[in-house]
Amino acid sequence: MAKIDVSIETEDKPAPPPKHPNTCPSCHSHYRDDELERAQWVCAQCGHHFPMRARARIASLVDEGTFYEESADLHSEDPLNFFDLRPYTERLAEAEMSTGLADAMVIGQGAIEGRGCELAVMDFTFMGGSMGSVVGEKFSRACDSAAERGVPLVSVTSSGGARMQEGILSLMQLPKTVCAVEDLHDAGQAMIVVMAHPTTAGVLASFASLGDVLLAEPGALIAFTGPRVVEQTTREKLPDDFGLAEQNLRFGHLDAILERRQIRPTLGRLLRLFG
Amino acid sequence: MAPSEHELRLRERLNRLRNVPLLGGAKLSGELERLQRQLDRIGQEPTGDEIWRSVELARHPDRPYTLDYVEALLDDWFELHGDRGRGDDGAMVTGLGKLDGRTVALVGQQKGRDIQERTRRQFGMPYPEGYRKAIRVFELADRHGFPVISLVDTPGAYPGVAAEQHGQGGAIAMSQTTMARLSVPTVACVIGEGGSGGAIAIALADRVLMQEHAIYSVISPEGCAAILWRDAGQAKKAAAAFKPDAAHCLELGVIDAIVPEPAGGAHVDPAEAARLLGETLRESIDDLVEVPADELRRRRRAKFRSLGVFA
Repeated sequence: MAKIDVSIETEDKPAPPPKHPNTCPSCHSHYRDDELERAQWVCAQCGHHFPMRARARIASLVDEGTFYEESADLHSEDPLNFFDLRPYTERLAEAEMSTGLADAMVIGQGAIEGRGCELAVMDFTFMGGSMGSVVGEKFSRACDSAAERGVPLVSVTSSGGARMQEGILSLMQLPKTVCAVEDLHDAGQAMIVVMAHPTTAGVLASFASLGDVLLAEPGALIAFTGPRVVEQTTREKLPDDFGLAEQNLRFGHLDAILERRQIRPTLGRLLRLFG
Repeated sequence: MAPSEHELRLRERLNRLRNVPLLGGAKLSGELERLQRQLDRIGQEPTGDEIWRSVELARHPDRPYTLDYVEALLDDWFELHGDRGRGDDGAMVTGLGKLDGRTVALVGQQKGRDIQERTRRQFGMPYPEGYRKAIRVFELADRHGFPVISLVDTPGAYPGVAAEQHGQGGAIAMSQTTMARLSVPTVACVIGEGGSGGAIAIALADRVLMQEHAIYSVISPEGCAAILWRDAGQAKKAAAAFKPDAAHCLELGVIDAIVPEPAGGAHVDPAEAARLLGETLRESIDDLVEVPADELRRRRRAKFRSLGVFA
């Protein structure tokens, strides 16, 4: 697991860590893989949204057989020869092995309810969904692909922020993705963002906030600074729903919170509206 | 690394550095020797100790802040207050002034000198209100054709409950978007700490400069150490690993030029530091006002969209 500070805890007293990834952290119901997959990784008992991998997410959104992946072979380099407790290259290789992905974003062309679109979907299991040069470049290419084909861009975000191991270059992915969105908008195309848990820091402070429509999943942490860091730095008492999608909706930072099974039909409706 | 290979890298690095508009030497003939010395110095790969020295100098309590440079460089300064919505953020200073007779808009973070001022200015960490104040001044500049100068000096955007509720992430994103849209020339200079999203929010500029001992980074050395080493005390090691110094930022293409500081750092001779900064700002604006607005915007976006290393 990548050591990215995303401060996922939202309970006052965090429950003991679940023994198995298929155990619901909220109500402790346990599921077989196929049960979870059929339920789109949503707990049948309490509605908790389990994290969803990028490919599963894409499969749940697009019309069957319409997805064509782009730039799948882009790999991170190690521009700083970064070494903390372990070399960055080793962390990358391990993430690639365990996720089967080359980096934390999958992009490509697809159709949702018959409307063509471009997709840029993040995968939190790859180093905490952190944004380095590859994520920035893939997102940038997704914007260009959408603009060239004259279709909207749908982006699903899930990220702990910028990838520290790429130093200042990872910070530069913020202006890079911002400029890509601007070029997409100049080409007359829309971007619809679905924020999944967690959407934080550098990703929230760049392209994720710039969608024409911003949607989120229930309970997703959506914060520039996560609760743990806010608490440690400011000693403030945090509200119970600090940084959650529900609070963001109340304060006017989101258009809607949607349960996972509503996302595809909603995207279909929005694509028709923007079409 | 074999010595010959190391030498090769150094020479390549020096060559690359010579090709960048380091202060546009043309107008600085009197300082060529000094520049050459500086070039030789930054041509060497900075060591961990040198990087840490920059971290310390960038945060030095006597280091000149945004308003010190305003006073030294701009005539007829008129400060603009408030975001026209919620408040006036003391950590973000905005205003209009004359640089060599030309009206410019200036935006920059401001730390404080004493504890009262530091509290009032949140140690240079803006709330979303600060970024929205910057946005409205960027737009004002755009309406009237004023070049924009951004001075970056922040540990980061303010990490608090209210800041989140008021939309810190969205405000930082919108500030960058606004800069990406401007038709006027923009020059940003990191004059102290260029801390993460809070810094890039006002640094999406046509020309990005860094003072010799400023730092520019994705996370503070302490924050990085706390996460990756699980020990904030390893900050020096973390800084050596993620290389926030000006020479490395130049090499990675993140900045366009390094602004020299007086020997020992900007705080040793603030007047000289201001003179050196002013000279580079003037040259940069003189160059950029020649470029048509569409071309300026196209180049600005193309530059930022090219940043990154991948295979």
